[in-house]
Amino acid sequence: MNAKAQIRNDPWLHRFAVLTAIITFLLIGLGGLVTSHEAGMSVPDWPTSYGYNMFALPIKFWHGGAFFEHTHRLLASGAGFLTTILAVWLWLKDYRKWMKWLGVTAFLLVVAQGVLGGLRVTMHMDSLGIFHGVVAQSYFVLMCAIALFTSRFWSEWSDGEKRFFVSRGLWTLVLATTILIFTQLILGATMRHQHAGLAIHDFPLAYGKIWPDTSADAVASYNADRVEVISVNPITAFQIELQMVHRIVALAIVILVALCAWLSWKRLGGKNPLTKLAWCWLALITVQIGLGAWTVWSDKAADVATLHVLVGALSLVTGALWCIIAFGRREGATNIAPTKTISGAFGTSPAMAANK
Amino acid sequence: MNYSRTDWLTKKAALSILTIGIFGAWQAASAADIIGTITLQGTPPAEKEITPIMDNPDCSAMYNGKVPTTHFYVVGPNGQFADVVVSLKGVTGKSTGASAPPAVLDQKGCLYSPQILAVQTGQKITIKNSDVCVHNVHCTPAVAGNAEHNDVQMAGGPDLTYTFPQPEMFLRFKCDVHPWMFAWVSVFDSPYFSVSDKDGKFVIKDVPPGKYTVEADHRKLGAQTQDVEVADKDVTVNFTFTVK
Repeated sequence: MNAKAQIRNDPWLHRFAVLTAIITFLLIGLGGLVTSHEAGMSVPDWPTSYGYNMFALPIKFWHGGAFFEHTHRLLASGAGFLTTILAVWLWLKDYRKWMKWLGVTAFLLVVAQGVLGGLRVTMHMDSLGIFHGVVAQSYFVLMCAIALFTSRFWSEWSDGEKRFFVSRGLWTLVLATTILIFTQLILGATMRHQHAGLAIHDFPLAYGKIWPDTSADAVASYNADRVEVISVNPITAFQIELQMVHRIVALAIVILVALCAWLSWKRLGGKNPLTKLAWCWLALITVQIGLGAWTVWSDKAADVATLHVLVGALSLVTGALWCIIAFGRREGATNIAPTKTISGAFGTSPAMAANK
Repeated sequence: MNYSRTDWLTKKAALSILTIGIFGAWQAASAADIIGTITLQGTPPAEKEITPIMDNPDCSAMYNGKVPTTHFYVVGPNGQFADVVVSLKGVTGKSTGASAPPAVLDQKGCLYSPQILAVQTGQKITIKNSDVCVHNVHCTPAVAGNAEHNDVQMAGGPDLTYTFPQPEMFLRFKCDVHPWMFAWVSVFDSPYFSVSDKDGKFVIKDVPPGKYTVEADHRKLGAQTQDVEVADKDVTVNFTFTVK
C-alpha cells in the first residue's frame, strides 16, 4: 500500500459504508418478502402503524403479513439512520468533494425511497411499488459504490501504477449488459407488482409451448384452471407476455455476461481482478437463472422468489462495480499510457502478455 | 262542519299513500320470480389446502387440525353448482340499495364468509371481525367511481361499513395480514340478482313483466346468458357450465 493511499483511507468509514450496504441488501430481501407474501398493504397507515407510533407497535400485532411489512419499515428506518450518519461522515471527513456530494445523494435517495414506500401504502398505488423496488436496487448500487470508494483497494487501484487498460469495446459491453440487467429488474418488479402470482406455471416451456397462446379463449382457460391460495387475481395476456419477455432477456443476459467473462479472461488475463469479478458475475447469473426456474417450479414460493430478487440485486451491483473499477483504465482514459495494443473486435491489453 | 287546511292535507297524504300502496301491491301481484338451477359438468381442478392458515394459532383454532381449502368450485354430488351470480343484464337505475338492509361480510377463522356476495349500488355492506386477531379489510375495485378502502379492524372492534355507487362484478375484498383471505362482492344497479346456493338453486324475486336477458356469472368460468319473458307466472331458467 503506498503512503498516499494510507493517508486518504479511513478504515472505519469504509467499514461503516460496508455495514450500510449490508443493511441495504437485507432491506431489499425483507422488501422482497413483503411483496412475495402479498403483505405490502397489511398495515394500512403510514408513518404510523395501526395508529401507533411505528417504533411502539405492540408485539401482538407482529404476525402474518404485518410482521413482514412492519419489520421492513423498522429496518428501513435503520437504513435511513445509517445513511444519514454516513452522509455526515463523508461530508466532514472525506477529502474528495464528489464523495461528499455522493453522500448527500445517498441521503436524499433514502429519504425519497422511504416516502415512496409510504405513499405506495397510503395512496393504494401498485405502480409506486414498482418504482419503490427499482429505486431500492439503485440505492443498493450507490451504497456498494460508496463502500468501494472508501476502501483501501480503491485508493491503491486509483493511485497505483496503471499497468494495463481495458478496451472501450469491452467496457461498453459490460456497461450495456449491466443496463440490460437493470431493465430486467424493472421487468421483474413489474411482474411482482401485478399481484397475480405466476402468469406461466411451467418452464422451460410455457403452457406446453415455446410461445404460449394468449388469445382471449386461451387466457380464460388458463384462469379457469388456476387454483390460487394467495395472489388470487385473474392473469392477463399482458402478464403472460411480460414473463416471456423476462425469460428472453434472461437468456440474452446469460449470453452477454458469459461473453464479458470470456473477453475479460482473454484480454486481461486470469489473474486480473476484473477478470475474477467477471467470473463471479457469470456465477451469479447462472445461479440467478436457476432461481428463476425454481421460482416457477415452486409455484412462486415466497422464499425462492425473494432469493431471486436478492441475487438479481447482486448481479446488478457486480456489473456496476466492474464498470466503475474499470472506468479509469479504459483505453484512452486520462493517465493511461498503454505500451502495446493488439487490435481486435474488443481490443486487447498489454496485461495479456504480463499475466501469461 | 269546518275542515282546516291541515285536515285537508292529511287526508290528501293518506289518499296518496293508499294509491301508492295499491299500485305497489298490484305491481307485486303482477311480478314473478325467475328461478333455476346451475349445474357444472366435468371435473373442476382440485381445490388447494390453505396451509398457511394452520401456522397461525389465532386462525387455526376453529379447524381442529383439519386444513381448510380454497372454494373456487363449490359443487354438489350431482353437479349442483354454488356461488354463481345470476342477474338481469342491462337493468340499471332500479337500485333500492339505500333502503335495503345491510349485507354482512364476516371474518371467521381467518376466512371471509360468505366468499361470494351480491349487493345493490348504495347498499351498505357491514364487515364484521369475529376473529380474535386483527385484520385489514382491503377492497380493490376496478370500476371508476368505486373507492378503494384499506382499513384496520381490531379483534372485537366496531364493524366497518362500505357502499359502492357503481355496478361492478366480483369486486375483490382481501386481507393482507392473512393473504389467503378473499371475498368477491358483485354490485348491481337493481334488486334483481341472486347467488346460487349449495343445491345450485337461485331465485330472482319480484321481476316486473317484460323481456330480459338473464346472466349467470362464475368467477372462474365466466358468463352465460339466456333470454326470458316474464309475465305473471314464475319463469324457470337453468344454466349448465362446463369445465374441460
